Amino acid sequence: MTETHLTVRPVEKPVEEYALRLGDDALLLSHRLTEWLTRAPDLEEEVALANIALDLLGQARYLLSRAGQSTAQDEDVLAFRRSDREYRNALIVELPNGDFAHTIIRLLFFSTYQRALYRALEHSADATLAAFAGKALSEVEYHVEYAAGWTVRLGDGTEESHDRAAAAVAELWPYTAELFADDDLVSALCNEGVAADPAVLHAEWSEQIEAVLAQATLGVEPTGAWRPGGGRNGLHTEALSYLLAEMQSVYRAHPGAAW
Amino acid sequence: MHKPTGLLTARDVVSAVPDPEMPYVTLGDLGVVGAVRVDEDTRSVHVELTPTYLGCPATEVIQQDVETALLDAGWQSVAIELRFDPPWTPERITRQGRAKLAAEGIAPPSARTGSKRTDSAPVFVPLGRAPAEVRCPHCGAAQTDLISAFGPAPCQELRRCAACREPFPAIKRASR
Repeated sequence: MTETHLTVRPVEKPVEEYALRLGDDALLLSHRLTEWLTRAPDLEEEVALANIALDLLGQARYLLSRAGQSTAQDEDVLAFRRSDREYRNALIVELPNGDFAHTIIRLLFFSTYQRALYRALEHSADATLAAFAGKALSEVEYHVEYAAGWTVRLGDGTEESHDRAAAAVAELWPYTAELFADDDLVSALCNEGVAADPAVLHAEWSEQIEAVLAQATLGVEPTGAWRPGGGRNGLHTEALSYLLAEMQSVYRAHPGAAW
Repeated sequence: MHKPTGLLTARDVVSAVPDPEMPYVTLGDLGVVGAVRVDEDTRSVHVELTPTYLGCPATEVIQQDVETALLDAGWQSVAIELRFDPPWTPERITRQGRAKLAAEGIAPPSARTGSKRTDSAPVFVPLGRAPAEVRCPHCGAAQTDLISAFGPAPCQELRRCAACREPFPAIKRASR
């Protein structure tokens, strides 16, 4: 069937909106990591970043298909037909890669968050989310190990690598607040036992991040007043618009194409 | 067990499908085939598959290959369901599958020697050393070093033998 109307309907249920947020996070970080292909510092890092990107893409497919369940929209429809204002990811995953240190520190922050999240969702009242989280968790453990290992090497490496890692921590730290933001949707789903409690996730995340940064001779940043957010409501940086323009170009140029 | 031929046939057909990335092992060898239910009246088959990794790019090809194999074997309709619960682990690879992987230079999963991780603290993989013992598929030496936790396929890592110095891929241990 060829569909040429590139429209998308909003997801209907709260749990689907929740899955959409998590799926968008995974999809966009996956896309950013694939931008390293042919540009990584060495072959092993190339393969590692590609593998992590692939894992995240697999997560995105599962979560977005869950998000589109009651509106009968598959993951491709949700990934390729939505505009920037319809994306529900946290801002931290859409930011440009920056240098290798920036990429690693973001991966550390995000995958440590994801690990805490999936550990909690393993016990979700939503059976499909629980089954997914158990599977994804075994993959995310590798992402955390990779990012933590490189964070220590960069932070406790040369003066140059230390400074770059420290700059990345300083720049990205304010964006981490959005990952643990609470709102009506999350609160309601927490009460039903479906979603993970952001406060619990934040406590676990902080402890683990502090340990890694300490070992990397990098300090944590004081949490300031500037906490960029809005991604969960569709308010994004311009970086997302450029990313989507590239990611969706083939789909939009050839509506309904299959191969 | 009243209709063993139908059940066994469909399951055998699915189990014999080769993996697209490692064609020397079958889906049965890898342990990714779950329940296979048949309806003799409508000649339809329902197959549960458990992919190794969520984003494994071979998954779509595997689904197509399973469907094709069953249709070629005379079944009229095929439904495939991907299941992740309980998740696939390397322990599901059969003894025969392990032997085939080793013969192709891919170290099969071995029993974990370290204790199972239960703490929530970050765990570092020290450079050049991994907790589980993985033997060299070429010379059999026990001393091998981890080059990278990520390899040519999502389910593989890269290692090097300390004795014969050959690099080789190994099936990743379960991380938890």
